[in-house]
Amino acid sequence: MGRYVARRLLQMIPVFIGTTLLIFLMVNALPGDPVKALWGDKPPDPAQVAQIKHDRGLDLPLWEQYLHYMKGLFQGDFGKTIAGNRPILDEITQAFPVSMRLAAMAWTFELVVGITLGVIAGIRRGRIIDTTVTMFTLLVISIPIFVFGRGLQLVFGNELGWVKPTVQDSENLEQLILPALVLGLVGLAYVARLTRTSIKENRSADYIRTAVAKGLPRRRIVSRHLLRNSLIPVVTYLGTDIGALMGGAVITEGIFNVTGVGNLLFQGIARREGAVIVGVVTVLVLVYLLASLLVDLLYAVLDPRIRYA
Amino acid sequence: MPDLTKTPAVDEPEVVLAEAQAGGKVLDGGEANGARSLWSDAWRDLRRRPLFIISSALILVVLLMAAFPGLFTSADPASGDLTKHFLGEPKLAHFFQEDWFGYDRQGRSIYARTVFGVRNSVMVGVGVTLLVTLFGGLVGMLAGYFGGFWDSLLSRITDVFFGIPFLLGAMVVLNAFTNRNVWVITGALAFLGWTQIARVMRGAVITTKHADYVMAAKALGAGTKRILFRHVLPNAVAPVIVVATIALGTYIVAESTLSYLGLGFGDDAISWGADISDATNDIRNNPHTLIFPAGMLSLTVLAFIMLGDAVREALDPKLR
Repeated sequence: MGRYVARRLLQMIPVFIGTTLLIFLMVNALPGDPVKALWGDKPPDPAQVAQIKHDRGLDLPLWEQYLHYMKGLFQGDFGKTIAGNRPILDEITQAFPVSMRLAAMAWTFELVVGITLGVIAGIRRGRIIDTTVTMFTLLVISIPIFVFGRGLQLVFGNELGWVKPTVQDSENLEQLILPALVLGLVGLAYVARLTRTSIKENRSADYIRTAVAKGLPRRRIVSRHLLRNSLIPVVTYLGTDIGALMGGAVITEGIFNVTGVGNLLFQGIARREGAVIVGVVTVLVLVYLLASLLVDLLYAVLDPRIRYA
Repeated sequence: MPDLTKTPAVDEPEVVLAEAQAGGKVLDGGEANGARSLWSDAWRDLRRRPLFIISSALILVVLLMAAFPGLFTSADPASGDLTKHFLGEPKLAHFFQEDWFGYDRQGRSIYARTVFGVRNSVMVGVGVTLLVTLFGGLVGMLAGYFGGFWDSLLSRITDVFFGIPFLLGAMVVLNAFTNRNVWVITGALAFLGWTQIARVMRGAVITTKHADYVMAAKALGAGTKRILFRHVLPNAVAPVIVVATIALGTYIVAESTLSYLGLGFGDDAISWGADISDATNDIRNNPHTLIFPAGMLSLTVLAFIMLGDAVREALDPKLR
């Protein structure tokens, strides 16, 4: 077990370096100049542009810039923004807690409602409830998230007045409920679909027949035998979704005025602040890599046949 | 949407893998009996499924609309008449006429725009799916078949691309282009989207390559190319087709989400995504500007997902 974890952690190193390098190259190799953008529509002063670039090391070759960046990163220095000269680490530490709260709520919502719907649909296969759940999940997947966001905001926020249409205080969990619901909706649909398919497949497995023959109560068969064996694909999805929920909330955060990571990224992309984008993605990649390791370890808990020597 | 904010459809790779194994078994059985193959078996099953019939009919209509929008409307989607600004309720009885769905902010016919918008969405969806299936399929096949060093190398490269959030990466790429046309958007989505197919293909090839018929082909002295394309590929491609069909729908949603962020098609192009995102500003007073393009988009996406589901169930005996 310990050796397995160590090996996995070692394997993460090339992936981590590769991903940061890829996003670094994408941000820097593409056309557009953030320094010249400081002048807006006016013609920039070449001497000042050169000075700013020199001060920030932006005139160095790309590989040297990357080495500098990574060196700083390991010392906890994410660099500074070009416009405003703010430490990027400050921006990240400000935005992440907000996104983590939002993502945690959305994730819980996916987990609880998604698995419940999936189990119900899976064991009542072919009945009305199964068809309803299936149609619901298909609809959710096929409607763009911003249509949902705007629609629910209009109905619950503006028309019915049950919640505040936008988030004024991101510490207030009550205000985050609607954004979290919108954010988790698509994941919920995928979780429900996965659970349903998996349960349907395992329903006729031999160990279920054995459990029924032993005369176990139905509730126990479903929760202990059927669900546990059906959860592996669901756990895989939920694990990789944590990072996606944190970084992928651009739309939801925009609609509900949440100042989290998605907002930070969107601003970074619009202003071509390469260092901001690379910094945030670096943190997100770490979250994603650790989450997928946890998922793999969870497999062994769910299925005793899986062992990590 | 696939919340296009997240990786579209990391859809059920595990289940699909299980399918690949199951599929292989069916094929073995079929050959042993001298009976039907996996595909003809699935086809017999599919023909009787209402889900399959409805979704393929919808897809045919959408493709026809994309190829010949002039068949469906004679109105010009680009010409606006400001006297018709948000004019009136949609006239639901005026089938196929200019004012069927009402008019938008600029007084343009929403029906005409919905019909002419199909092409861009479908081209992006189909284009990305083709690129992703070819490239991801090739990478997955090579990694799965050769194993060892090549598998480690290709799998790590796949992991690297998979680690970058899909929508985010597409935003970074598209932000660099001022002239965003079908090819640019397709390229950007395919650049980041191929990893899903590569992973599914790799898994399917690994389960197939130890099959008896592959061993037999090897023993008979068949070349690597022949084994790969005549024996391994046809038997490993089923889960890839399922995932690709479902992903096609999610790419269409991805395009609309990028348009909502101002990183999709430009103003001069007619696209559902751009129209829907314009309409979200008017939903309070003029919901009809949103409902029709969004409805058509969802219907199209729904058709592809339903088709993928139907094919999946037909290919997987455990689900029958």
